[in-house]
Amino acid sequence: MDTRTTTGSVGVVTPQTAKFSEPLRLRSGAVMDAYDLVYETYGRLNVERSNAVLVCHALNAAHHVAGYYADDPHNIGWWDNMIGPGKPVDTDRFFVIGVNNLGGCHGSTGPMSLNPKTGKPWGADFPVVTVEDWVATQARLADHLGIRRFAAVMGGSLGAMQSLAWSHIHPERVRHALVIACAPNLSAQNIAFNEVARQAIITDPDFHGGHYYEHNTRPTRGLRVARMVGHITYLSDDEMASKFGRQLKNGKLNYTFDTEFEIESYLRHQGGKFSEYFDANTYLRITKALDYFDPALDHGGNLAKALSPARAKFLVVSFTTDWRFSPQRSREIVKALLDNRCGVSYAEINAPHGHDAFLLEDARYHGLVAAYFDRIERELAT
Amino acid sequence: MSANGNGFKRADFDAIAESIRPGSRVLDLGCGDGVLLKYLKGARGVTGYGVEIDDASVLGCVRNGVDVIQSDLERGLSEFESRSFDYVILSQTLQAMMNSERIINDMLRVGREGIVTFPNFGYWKNRLQVLGGHMPVSDNLPYQWHDTPNVHLCTISDFEGFCASHNVRILERKVLTDGRTVSVLPNLLGSLAVYRFQRA
Repeated sequence: MDTRTTTGSVGVVTPQTAKFSEPLRLRSGAVMDAYDLVYETYGRLNVERSNAVLVCHALNAAHHVAGYYADDPHNIGWWDNMIGPGKPVDTDRFFVIGVNNLGGCHGSTGPMSLNPKTGKPWGADFPVVTVEDWVATQARLADHLGIRRFAAVMGGSLGAMQSLAWSHIHPERVRHALVIACAPNLSAQNIAFNEVARQAIITDPDFHGGHYYEHNTRPTRGLRVARMVGHITYLSDDEMASKFGRQLKNGKLNYTFDTEFEIESYLRHQGGKFSEYFDANTYLRITKALDYFDPALDHGGNLAKALSPARAKFLVVSFTTDWRFSPQRSREIVKALLDNRCGVSYAEINAPHGHDAFLLEDARYHGLVAAYFDRIERELAT
Repeated sequence: MSANGNGFKRADFDAIAESIRPGSRVLDLGCGDGVLLKYLKGARGVTGYGVEIDDASVLGCVRNGVDVIQSDLERGLSEFESRSFDYVILSQTLQAMMNSERIINDMLRVGREGIVTFPNFGYWKNRLQVLGGHMPVSDNLPYQWHDTPNVHLCTISDFEGFCASHNVRILERKVLTDGRTVSVLPNLLGSLAVYRFQRA
């Protein structure tokens, strides 16, 4: 149990499945009659059931947040540097939950699942999902696990949008919300990048209007291009310059359309890897969820009003070189929380890695999260 | 400029705490690792935030359980709505601000009252060092001329002149030396000044 390992890993983990049969009306109006959510947990829920932390995932991640699988030891959780024994989110003290969101492609019900009405995969017929829909399903998972109130809900990027949504949709269920590398909504530029990614997928001849499973094929070319576009936006210009610069793959120019520059090789590699394991229909839906997120929309554009039900305390973190979800956007969130007189701390981490910084190890960033969780633990004790 | 709770800072803290109504909302600019706010929470039951630019100090605030907004005071206080605090405190920071006038104006926009504390450059020991041909170095002014963050040092008389000409009404003044109140010849005998003021 709570033995602190030298590696700081939670060790071997096993995903679990929760089945839900109460129909859920989505924001789009569509109704999911039944659905599964796949999740993992680390650490132990205390007797008071007060030390639970929900980790919400971003675009390409899922429920596998920390540790590794017995049969696949190289498959390490996506936030393993943040979560584990002795790590900033210390699983010796907190009970951490990772969940694959509805519409995902890692085991939770999504476009790849069988549509009970047709007996065939949902494909294009799977409804469009939103951040608020995810919060609704996560709340049911919390009920299922017997957690009334989370010590913290946390996430980065799209995951942070979920923790922000949690704070105002279920104010009584969130003590602390960690909102990392977030924005109160996507800018036109951000939506534009998502649309390029979607068009790459949709116009791939193998897409078949989203019913590619029936054709025993996958729109991997489109997915590859979509991921390449995404990757460009997750890195900063400086980071790309220092990592790749104008380095050539083979030392000289060949005047062809093969990969000549290292950056081309990197993007093709990342795109190729991604297209092997990620489902295109899921990718389309997740980018839509990003585009739709805009809590202020129902409140005449007034973010403070949208967040006014929130009772949580907040830690908002941004990264100086993140141009996709820039510090300025995080400051909008901070301003709304200040206007509402919420408890909020805000840190702007000087990191060179762009949007990706929220996933990387950085002493200042991790030190801050660790100190914040110490504070949460002290509050739980009083 | 981190407030580390030594004897000198304590005097500063107590003088500020005495000027503050219990339970008020406070914004502490240049809050260091948040010890003043932590002290005021305990001594006066205040709520509020610190503003700090330094990474290590922001971390210190989180460790001290003090809410902090990482921000550059030189960029102003645009995150904060007008009249959203009872007091805006600028403790031991005014002399290090590039734009002193702007920050005082912003303090009086965001807060009903402002509180500043600063080392009195007119203190006789400082004058003596200048007479001796050197920039003063002391417990209050611990820097050498070439590494000091202090760009706008002033005397008690200077500050009061500024208030008079900038529509600032002084509500309270405390002058301290080694933690004791100075009532005679403050601009000569006082090493630390604490002012509470509002818009005239």
